[in-house]
Amino acid sequence: MSDIAPPAEPPPAQEAHPQGGDLVKRHRLSTRLWHWTNAVTLLIMLMSGLMIFNAHARLYWGEYGANFDTPWLKIGSARIGTYEYGYLQVAGHRTETTGLLGYWQDPDGTPHRRAFPYWATIPSAYSLADARTWHLAFAWVLSLGLTAYLIWSLVNRHIQRDIHITRREWRLRHVWHEVKDHARLRLPTGAAALRYNTLQKIAYAIVLFGLLPLMILTGLALSPSTDAWAPLVTEVFGGRQTARSIHFLCAFALVGFFIVHIAMVLLAGPFNELRSMVTGWYRLPKEPER
Amino acid sequence: MSKLILSRRRLIQAGAVGAGGLLLSGCDRLTRKPEVLDFLGQAEDLHRVTQRGLAGDALAREFSESQMSPTFRANGSLAVADPVYRAHFAQGFSQWALRVDGLVAHPLMLPLSALKAMPQRTQITRHDCVEGWSAIGKWTGPRLAALLDLARLRPEARYLVFHCADLYGGRPYYESIDLVEAFHPQTILAWAMNGQPLEEQHGAPLRLRVERQLGYKHAKFVTRIEAVASLAGIYGGKGGYWEDNGRYAWYAGI
Repeated sequence: MSDIAPPAEPPPAQEAHPQGGDLVKRHRLSTRLWHWTNAVTLLIMLMSGLMIFNAHARLYWGEYGANFDTPWLKIGSARIGTYEYGYLQVAGHRTETTGLLGYWQDPDGTPHRRAFPYWATIPSAYSLADARTWHLAFAWVLSLGLTAYLIWSLVNRHIQRDIHITRREWRLRHVWHEVKDHARLRLPTGAAALRYNTLQKIAYAIVLFGLLPLMILTGLALSPSTDAWAPLVTEVFGGRQTARSIHFLCAFALVGFFIVHIAMVLLAGPFNELRSMVTGWYRLPKEPER
Repeated sequence: MSKLILSRRRLIQAGAVGAGGLLLSGCDRLTRKPEVLDFLGQAEDLHRVTQRGLAGDALAREFSESQMSPTFRANGSLAVADPVYRAHFAQGFSQWALRVDGLVAHPLMLPLSALKAMPQRTQITRHDCVEGWSAIGKWTGPRLAALLDLARLRPEARYLVFHCADLYGGRPYYESIDLVEAFHPQTILAWAMNGQPLEEQHGAPLRLRVERQLGYKHAKFVTRIEAVASLAGIYGGKGGYWEDNGRYAWYAGI
């Protein structure tokens, strides 16, 4: 996210007091590698996951849930006379979503009665089996990658140094101040841009220690074999169908993170941000002239 | 000048849209390439070895009657057209018998009454469909292991193939499991569900319950169990109806 920036190692002598305009080392190799591996992996997981959802476009709470039970979320299609439409139904309230969810047309103009449209899924044409092949293969990349990254980030103190939120930062006044700065798009400049701000830290901590581990655990909870050797994984969520619902909700929380992430990169200067995540080098934004 | 910039911008936009479209359709072709899917499908071995290593003989979770689904959804074939099956159905399966053969020392023909006379196991388990839904039901029947002890597997037997009476999409349904799953204590041949003889839609007279795997492994309308050394040469060679007809994993523990 944008205005980030812990130096990888203690900055060299001439950069001991970096200021706006300086080119500084910002992202470690491990962070960069993991970032791009994850970018690809999460996209594949999301799109193949949406295809898997298409096989049963309903979500339930509890241990069981199938067509005779009441879903809390459902995507479907219905017909009034000759008019056919798609809808999203949450807690009994229906919203028409024709063209986007439930009822949409592919590029050839053929209508489809599936939850998510062709451009959002892997593969684009309905195939539960192929989607599972992609999803379950890349689940390994995601979980082994996250584990390795978390261990390595503890060892090289990335977590303690850059993500750890200090007591001062937790103060409501401080957080509120940063919220106001973000709302006014007043992003840190100069040496201040070297460090993650509190909102960034909170966002990254939620993704690293909350959403990603939850995705993996709720995914495991869906496996009947895992349920045999680690029943607790399913039980802590309150059942397989609840785990499936949380899996879906966390996926969309990650989509939300991604949208804010991209927006911040664009606002903070996409070239500089991309360079720092590819090469590690980042040019500190100039301090405003007074 | 501004005209030029505009047209150049349009050109770039058109190029970007075109490239995006090409990239997208290229990506989509990639996601369906058989070589790519075959490569990714190899992760199935990783799933099986890991899950088996971690699970050992662990039992699938069992539930209480109060946790059962009010209505258990039936899926796959809901009825069987085969005339032989229809005749047995009309007689309440009183003349029906399960055949156990292949690589066994003593091939068997077991009438339903004989299966009911064996030691029974009743378990309330959750049925997890590959599509994502689940239903909890109560199943009763003899352990598959007891049948295999009677038939005496020959040493070269590695898999058990379950032949079914139904056609799905015009093709015979079948499934297979290996010996680890076959001798698991919860692997039973259920003739009763929720305390009643199996309904047709749930696989009467006999269905496999292999509780640590997904629903499509739980073959319904089982008429014959064949012990084999290899799955090659049986129908499509991948060990099951869905495995042959759509790249579904043979190991369905996840």
